[in-house]
Amino acid sequence: MSELLITGGTVIDPAGERRADVRVVDGAIAEVGTDLEAGDGMQVLDATGCVVSPGFVDLHTHLREPGREEAETIETGSRAAAKGGFTCVVAMPNTDPTQDCVSVVEFVRRQGVAAGLCDVRPSGSITVGREGARLTPFAELAAAGVRIFTDDGSGVQDPLLMRRAFEYAVDLDIVLAQHCEVARLTEGAVMHEGRCCSSFGLPGWPSIAEELMVHRDIELARLTGGRVHLLHLSTAGSVELVRRAKADGLSVTAEATPHHISLTDELLAGYSTLYKVNPPLRTMADVEAVRAGLADGTIDAIATDHAPHAAETKEQPLDQAPPGMLGLETALGVSLASLEGAGMTVVDVVAALSWKPAAIAGVDDRHGRPIAPGEPANLTIFDPTEAWEVVPATLASKSKNTPYVGIPLTGKVKHTVLDGTPTVIDETPTA
Amino acid sequence: MRHFRSIGEAGPEAVRRLLDLADHMAEVNRRPNPKVPALRGRTVCNVFFEDSTRTRLSFETAAKRLSADTMNFAVSSSSVNKGESLRDTIETIAAMGVDAFVIRHKSSGAPWQIGQWTNAAVVNAGDGWHAHPTQALLDCFTIRNAFGRPDGFDGLKIAIIGDIKHSRVARSDIEAFAMLGADVTLVAPKTLLPPVTDGMPVTITTDLDAVIGEVDVVYLLRMQMERMTEALVPNLYEYTTRFGLTPERVTKLAEHTLIMHPGPMNRGVEVAVDPSELPGSVITQQVTNGIAVRMAVLFDLLGSGANLEDES
Repeated sequence: MSELLITGGTVIDPAGERRADVRVVDGAIAEVGTDLEAGDGMQVLDATGCVVSPGFVDLHTHLREPGREEAETIETGSRAAAKGGFTCVVAMPNTDPTQDCVSVVEFVRRQGVAAGLCDVRPSGSITVGREGARLTPFAELAAAGVRIFTDDGSGVQDPLLMRRAFEYAVDLDIVLAQHCEVARLTEGAVMHEGRCCSSFGLPGWPSIAEELMVHRDIELARLTGGRVHLLHLSTAGSVELVRRAKADGLSVTAEATPHHISLTDELLAGYSTLYKVNPPLRTMADVEAVRAGLADGTIDAIATDHAPHAAETKEQPLDQAPPGMLGLETALGVSLASLEGAGMTVVDVVAALSWKPAAIAGVDDRHGRPIAPGEPANLTIFDPTEAWEVVPATLASKSKNTPYVGIPLTGKVKHTVLDGTPTVIDETPTA
Repeated sequence: MRHFRSIGEAGPEAVRRLLDLADHMAEVNRRPNPKVPALRGRTVCNVFFEDSTRTRLSFETAAKRLSADTMNFAVSSSSVNKGESLRDTIETIAAMGVDAFVIRHKSSGAPWQIGQWTNAAVVNAGDGWHAHPTQALLDCFTIRNAFGRPDGFDGLKIAIIGDIKHSRVARSDIEAFAMLGADVTLVAPKTLLPPVTDGMPVTITTDLDAVIGEVDVVYLLRMQMERMTEALVPNLYEYTTRFGLTPERVTKLAEHTLIMHPGPMNRGVEVAVDPSELPGSVITQQVTNGIAVRMAVLFDLLGSGANLEDES
């Protein structure tokens, strides 16, 4: 019998906030209450001054394996996830080979189990090879445990194919997740289209390229009765479209990344490739609209779009360097630092990092659960007020492409518990 | 000045200093032996990741007239080894001992990235759509000499015509002309303008005929043929009709108006007349002046304590 006691913390879960210790026995929560006694041989995690919450769930992680193991592996990405307080991540399908068949999906799942640091849930691509031409076998993949389908990295351009995807998926209890970008409008684009790109001489990435596809997929969901999740929304216009779709009662959910609630296109002034990301960093007005969307629930979840890239690929000119930045280890610190001013409480932020994404990913039987006896012990313990800065050398991710060096962050993960076993103790991964 | 990468980064004081210095360099260039030992022992490396004729030759000539050693490194965009990062390329060349890199790159911002990886001075010889600051300097130098305006361009009216959006020359010229006090008008359809022009120190019109008789300088930009596939203008004939310097428009020019072009020119497109028949054309002077301003830039960056006396 393995026992774990988490003492001195404030428990936050869908039921609210209260002072409580948590006792875990054999992977499940056994007792929640004040002043629980530590028994002999029981492992104790100090949560004084900390929040004890259900583990975080990332809807949007690029683990790069198989295919780009020089940038990240499922093991290093899982370790980064654990350090960031995540007990579950959805692995994006733009691997090589693509996660478009059971064998690849099963490989990713098993590598996640082997790493043992995080519950890795592979997504599947909507189209074979993410080429936008033929649908993947949704039912077969769903039977293998895939819940989220997306061609992330690019959007499904063909409106007919997307309509068919919605129609075919209706009875399968899966979620189609769209990377909203009309590719024809962003050919060669490097940064947000606006005043900054005009003066920096960089090809612009117009907001309308995102909003047209947000609009299209909302209308396809309306037409087909389908269910759509909109990935990494970045523009004020997108937030407003989703707000209206939700008011119309459509089955639409959405996510936003930590970087789209904290960074703007002005940062490209020094031409650093660390700030190149898809969708691009937008204006302060967009940042504020996305924050407001999270605050009023229009946007359901914070998702990292953790996108590791090896240093040499980011040491190319801006137009050649791949888009993307790390996210897992800074997600909490960026979110708390960015959202307090938008009127979100710590509970609201935890909801957007934990039980709301857990429901979208269909992992809410294991993650984002209430902290109560009998529940699985997937937990995150973090200090919600600690100010800190990123030191790239200490990142668990195999890549170091974080834009947050020198930027003050608020809130640091201390311990992470996966199925009753600590994966991180005192900010240090256990394996 | 540590680098010379954009007009804005250099600032008005440096721009004026460089223009004054270019006067001295022009004097050197008029000597029977146009060569001074000012940069003897210094090494200037021209790193051109994009094709160029006049800018590369102009920089090389400028460096040689100051007695610097020059190295040339040309990479056609098609032969760039995708395995070698820009950083590795620069660090390799820097290891050979280089005092200044003259960089031409098709990607905007490359000189800023390169500046992080070398202690040498970085001179921007054109980056993507972004900046071509020595072109702007030579344009200012040409205008100031033609009009005898060493103190600035207050009240001078300059029209820049054509593809502003994709033009590093236009971005740098707008900055420099406005910095020196000129009133700048852009003449272009919206497809050839930057997506957002609010905040730029310019007036914008599509009516060339309304402004051509009013301006002191007509600055024509190259209409890049390769852009014709992008639906930016319906066809070249329509472009010339609306935005080209046609014989009819030449008759509207004021007598003193200068005609300028950064080259290479598309005859029959933006310039639908023989430029040698235009009394106001200073297009060849621009090329000549390019050497003097580039000498000024290299001397300013590398020539501390040196002098401009003859070698003898």
